[in-house]
Amino acid sequence: MSPATAAAPAAPAAVPKASFDWIPLALLVALMAVALPLVGSPSTWITLTVAGLAMGLIIFIISSGLTLVFGLMDVLNFGHGVFIALGAFVATTVLGAMSGFTASPSLGANLVAVFAAMLVAMALAGAVGWAFERVIVRPVYGLHLKQILITMGGMIVGEEIIKVIWGPLQIPLPPPEALRGSIFVGDAAIEKFRLLAVAVGLVVFATMAWVLARTKVGLLVRAGVQDREMVEALGYRVRRLFVGVFVVGSALAGLGGVLWGLYQQSVTPQIGAQVNVLIFIVIIIGGLGSTLGCFVGALMVGVLANYTGFLAPKVALFSNILLMVAILLWRPRGLYPVTNR
Amino acid sequence: MLERLLSHDLPRNRALAVTLLLIAIGLALAPLWLPGSKSLGVAAKVLVFILLVASYDLLLGYTGIVSFAHTMFFGIGAYGVAIASTRLGPGFGSIAVGVAGALGASLLLSLVVGLFSLRVKAIFFAMITLAVAAAFQTLASQLSEITGGEDGLTFRNPEILSPSFEFSLAGFALDGRHLSYWLLFAVVLVLFLATLRVVNSPFGRALQAIRENDFRAEAIGLRVVVYRTLSNVLAAMLATVAGALLALWLRYTGPDTTLSFEIMLDVLLIVVIGGMGTLYGAVVGSVLFVLAQNYLQDLLKLAGAAVEGVPVLAAVLTPDRWLLWLGVLFVLSVYHFPTGIVGRLRAMTLARQRKG
Repeated sequence: MSPATAAAPAAPAAVPKASFDWIPLALLVALMAVALPLVGSPSTWITLTVAGLAMGLIIFIISSGLTLVFGLMDVLNFGHGVFIALGAFVATTVLGAMSGFTASPSLGANLVAVFAAMLVAMALAGAVGWAFERVIVRPVYGLHLKQILITMGGMIVGEEIIKVIWGPLQIPLPPPEALRGSIFVGDAAIEKFRLLAVAVGLVVFATMAWVLARTKVGLLVRAGVQDREMVEALGYRVRRLFVGVFVVGSALAGLGGVLWGLYQQSVTPQIGAQVNVLIFIVIIIGGLGSTLGCFVGALMVGVLANYTGFLAPKVALFSNILLMVAILLWRPRGLYPVTNR
Repeated sequence: MLERLLSHDLPRNRALAVTLLLIAIGLALAPLWLPGSKSLGVAAKVLVFILLVASYDLLLGYTGIVSFAHTMFFGIGAYGVAIASTRLGPGFGSIAVGVAGALGASLLLSLVVGLFSLRVKAIFFAMITLAVAAAFQTLASQLSEITGGEDGLTFRNPEILSPSFEFSLAGFALDGRHLSYWLLFAVVLVLFLATLRVVNSPFGRALQAIRENDFRAEAIGLRVVVYRTLSNVLAAMLATVAGALLALWLRYTGPDTTLSFEIMLDVLLIVVIGGMGTLYGAVVGSVLFVLAQNYLQDLLKLAGAAVEGVPVLAAVLTPDRWLLWLGVLFVLSVYHFPTGIVGRLRAMTLARQRKG
């Protein structure tokens, strides 16, 4: 409870506004600023920063649904990775089928193909997410231990089913013709696909921020994250809301899977389990249940991975976990702790 | 006598008791009746898994903590033996040094991870351990001067445990492999009975109280964090020994045989299918799982050949998809028999006794 809300009774008309916590955002900017002299050349720094932001935004797209689902219903889905893998594999199929569009040098045709892949991946991941919620998650609400086990089991089964459909081997997923290579801003080389990823990521973040802040559904979601029982007592069906959030979260994971697959330029069935570790680190850093925290955390992880990858490649493999430990020592409940948890 | 050995925690079901007896006798005499080295390897793997899964059950089934870093401690044990044996040369002295070093490392690491993250929710611990285990796996493959990287380490055992040490006993031609098998058997038997003793001690009761309701356990004066941390440390040490045994048997240690996430999932499957919170479940589950891993594929090959040409069925019944079926079994058993095979058998006996 912040002191601002405690002072409310004196002036009932004025809704107390919680002061915004700028420190984590400032930390992100500081991280980038510190890296500049370490990296040395500004053009390399720009390349690395854009790459980091692209990676961070993809991670944000993937993990935002997970953190909301946890915040709303206290359900942590260890099977989230399956939707990422599903999205990436759907992308290989769609882009393979639209080879006419992807091979053409025109950017427009390429974008049509990529967006088609994204839409199909989101639709399929959302549908599978709906079934997953119904079959796997619903019977074990409120039972943490079983939730972890059952969603993990769901992931094993999901991964095997993906292997049945697409085969167990790695599938190459090159970006379409016009999205390959880099453009140059001054001396800085920026890969074109990363720009697309940044754009998509920002659109998703802006849409999500708008929905959460300005619509009634968003209001209910935020209220539900803070105090589910109270929202239920006021007559809203949080369960139904939760199913919606779960489906949207799965669809976003599918979208993130498409981008991640194109970013890595190849897809393996184990991709889900690999990314799982990364997104757990991100949502722990951000504070479980917090969308903004997830956003800042994802960007931090992304840029830090790229800077350390350039400066000290061996350290880069552990940059995430070091960042997590550092953040948790500073704020044990993450960057933006959500109340009542 | 037997009752004291089993810490008064008897199987409590006739079928289970018979199965356990058969498994114990079968494993004890494995070198005498199993043909070939492949099947002896399967038996040794069963032994290692029994210890590993029993230690994990102490954590998951008795204390109600989900950890994904259990294979990390397993790996520490295996690497301890491997590194000591390659550096100091083969011998029991270097094995002892390796095991001692590994136990020390596991103690420290499990203590730090436990104190750092066991204060909060179960889910938090699960995620932290997932991240720590992933980082450790990367570390092991990166420090290739010490750990051999992705290739791992191959080393030699003391003379008496190597295949070239041949002798005959009561008409059986035996060699050092058989001796190392019996070494494994003895260590696993002793540690399994010790674990059984632990979970049936007042300490074990406290762990179960915490599993059932940590809030209430705290309220009646149990220091939950201390108990959880102790359980975590104990489980980690047992897993370390299991890893050391695996390394001794394979005479090789690499990331794939010890640290990989697949092994973690295998352990999870075995605990749940065998029965959480019943150490006998670890025995039954390990035997079933390792047999399935080695022979279910052959069975699926037969089934796959029978449905050759049927599109979906054929793809699902290929031997490579055996994990799919275990995964489905896992999900079903979490729903329908959360206490696994052993719990199910015990419940059947209990129901019959009530009726009769």
